[in-house]
Amino acid sequence: MTDRPDLAIVGAGPAGLAAATEAAARGLSVTLLDERAAPGGIVYHAVTRSPLGGTTVLDADYRRGTGLVEAFRSSGSTYCPNASVWAVDRDGSIGVTIDGQARWLRPRRVLLATGCMERSLPFPGWTLPGVMTAGAGQILLKDSGAIPDGPVVLAGTGPLLLLVAVQYLRAGARIAAVADLTPPGAWQRGLPHLAGAFGCLPLLRKGLSMMAELRRSDVRRIPGVTGLRAIGTDRLEAVEVRQGERAERIPAGVLLVHAGVVPNIVLTRMLRLPHRWDPRQRCWRPDADAFGATGLDAIAVAGDGARILGAEAAVHAGRLAALDAAHRLDVLDRAERDRHAAPEQAAIERHAGLRSLLDAMYPPPDGLAFLDDDTTICRCEDITAADIRAAIADGCRDPNQVKAVTRCAMGPCQGRQCGQTLARIVADATGQTEEDVMPPRARPPLRRLTIGDLAALETESTP
Amino acid sequence: MTEDVIIIGGGLHGSSTAYQLAARGRRPLVIERNHVARHASGASAGGVRRLRRHRAELPLAMESLALWRRLPELLGDDCGFSPCGHLLLAETEADLAWTVERAATTRSLGYDFEEPIDRAEVKRLVPSVSNAVVGGIIARDDGFGNPLVTTAAFRRRAESLGARYLERTEVLGIDRDGDGWTVATTAGRFSAPSLVNCAGGWGERIAAMLGETMPVRMKAATMTVTARVPRFLGPVIGHVRKKLSLKQMQNGTVVIGGGYEGRVDMEAGESDVLYAGLPGNMKPVIDAFPHLARVPIVRNWTGLEGNTPDAIPYIGPSPNDPTLVHSFGYSGHGFQLGPICGVIVADLVMQGATALPIGAFQPDRFATAGTLQWGAKEGTAVEEQKAV
Repeated sequence: MTDRPDLAIVGAGPAGLAAATEAAARGLSVTLLDERAAPGGIVYHAVTRSPLGGTTVLDADYRRGTGLVEAFRSSGSTYCPNASVWAVDRDGSIGVTIDGQARWLRPRRVLLATGCMERSLPFPGWTLPGVMTAGAGQILLKDSGAIPDGPVVLAGTGPLLLLVAVQYLRAGARIAAVADLTPPGAWQRGLPHLAGAFGCLPLLRKGLSMMAELRRSDVRRIPGVTGLRAIGTDRLEAVEVRQGERAERIPAGVLLVHAGVVPNIVLTRMLRLPHRWDPRQRCWRPDADAFGATGLDAIAVAGDGARILGAEAAVHAGRLAALDAAHRLDVLDRAERDRHAAPEQAAIERHAGLRSLLDAMYPPPDGLAFLDDDTTICRCEDITAADIRAAIADGCRDPNQVKAVTRCAMGPCQGRQCGQTLARIVADATGQTEEDVMPPRARPPLRRLTIGDLAALETESTP
Repeated sequence: MTEDVIIIGGGLHGSSTAYQLAARGRRPLVIERNHVARHASGASAGGVRRLRRHRAELPLAMESLALWRRLPELLGDDCGFSPCGHLLLAETEADLAWTVERAATTRSLGYDFEEPIDRAEVKRLVPSVSNAVVGGIIARDDGFGNPLVTTAAFRRRAESLGARYLERTEVLGIDRDGDGWTVATTAGRFSAPSLVNCAGGWGERIAAMLGETMPVRMKAATMTVTARVPRFLGPVIGHVRKKLSLKQMQNGTVVIGGGYEGRVDMEAGESDVLYAGLPGNMKPVIDAFPHLARVPIVRNWTGLEGNTPDAIPYIGPSPNDPTLVHSFGYSGHGFQLGPICGVIVADLVMQGATALPIGAFQPDRFATAGTLQWGAKEGTAVEEQKAV
């Protein structure tokens, strides 16, 4: 493997795979760094080897991932599975551990295709074993086809919750209830955006058919949920679901929670790229142009890590970033780049139309709405909302200060989980808006790196 | 005049000064461009160390240690101060000879806190140390404190005594008028008969606004903190010859320094970790404690700090105007001096003089053309200051 490819791509989801395929087709040498053992990212996780691949549990959209993977495999790109990127420098150098060996790559350009993560939504009891995100529950299902023995409660909002509910149902799980956190009136809110979403008719139809499938089943749906509590001593035993004043306890072995997805900005924040607040999606995202170019010359972003538009849009965004990389490396002139870009951009517009509909129907919940003072915010360091509020009462005015005083966001996950909630609490307690307060900056290494690994790094290849 | 005295910079030195002035009945206004302890005061490794300190700083460091011990009584907070000792490891005969020579020099200056020790004593103090270690030199009463807690404690006490802080307030310009100073800031104009420059890495810019030349180079020292490991360290560990600094915190994590530089972004007021030097940072750690090789790093971080050409601070009144006092440029080892330097600056503001010897720290020592030579005293100042 060359240490100096034309383009290094971090992440092997739809954006990364499509970008690698396109860039290799344009003649660039491409190295794709994948944290996982097989390509597909989260959305197409284990797409080529899931035990459920040939069944109807997972749908045709998921199986479409195999096409992406096959195109990538025959593209001539270098594929590095089990590659943990622990640092990216502003000059484009990448610190990565591959099969246990820490090393530096010095590509000419970097594309960050690190995708999205599920929005953290802390509520009382959310750290109990048995509570997990719907995305994690979906990965368990895709990996092993395993379904839990006990009753499953799903709680949250948005299309992924619906998808996972349907997939669990098809796999034969016992779903005790789907607690819907979506504010009432989703269709009324969505109506003005409906026409704009017709460009993605197949996806729209899929959503409607999933809704119908869930309705036809005898799964109980609890609408207008305003409060959640996971109850249990050593692990989850029941879920308390509140609708206004009314509370109900539902026995459960597993609680799958989902509150939408947000761009994974840990790397882009570490790089100090400019970010902007997206009020509709209620999240921060890196500032990037239509090709994914950022404030740093060597570094671009694509896919849900740049802007949440979904897996199919990420494919087009990945291709756009690859075309721009080829242009910036002088193998594609501007006119050619733009000519090839036009259909990709049009496709992204269609997905933006669908996304407007989804955002209107499923507005992201306020991170504050479901927590109380005793709720753990930072799992790594065991910091509660009350600890954070006490630090603010003591004079802290920004998340970095709170981090320094409380150790919130200082643990091994570097605030990936709690950063946004921390920023939200600070904004609330100091009379600022969400837009005023950014999550704290993560520090490297972002993945496991021992003192011995670092000591053994080749100094010459280090920037 | 609306204020008694204006202090620019709310880090440890600004806050210690604010506390001392407030304790003596003044009502200082502290102007901080970011938030308190944003840079050097927050990113410090927290060494409370006299060992191998520059000789000019020793009298101050001795007095400061006395104050460190009294902080619970003065501030109502122990500031995390743990007098666990500082130990420099020696691995060769030449290293051992240095420890003896160094202790003799310090003793000749009248201080007996540096003690050369043999291999058996090092092993007794730190059983897990590598067998390559043949001895060392220790200051048993040195230790470390918690920089954020310390700065916050000074600030809290200063405020309770009448000091006022303006955070997120940038100094735009400074005027000397009839009988005092007027400081224009992003939060308005403030006037006082006395002005103190505790602006750390930005101290040179403040001095320049006042027409004074006080060169400072911003550095971003890199720190490393590991996952929690079972207790193996009492004293803070350094090395006679190698750039090494490590200590184990109460929670079991190991904090590693050594002065390896990251990237400075002056305009953004930010810095980045550069991994270039870090293999060299980690090798002496493993040499001394082989069992640490398998321990994961939780975080590397960098913090901005202002370094002077000779690596000792500027402390003293402006030669042009005794109502202006400078105290900055602590060059990465100002934490231990924080308590005493507040006393010194308060003395200078209120009496125009201090009993402590500050001649070596003259603010104008690089003002004359031709006097400036970066690292001129490498081997003395720089060498003596290396342990963080």
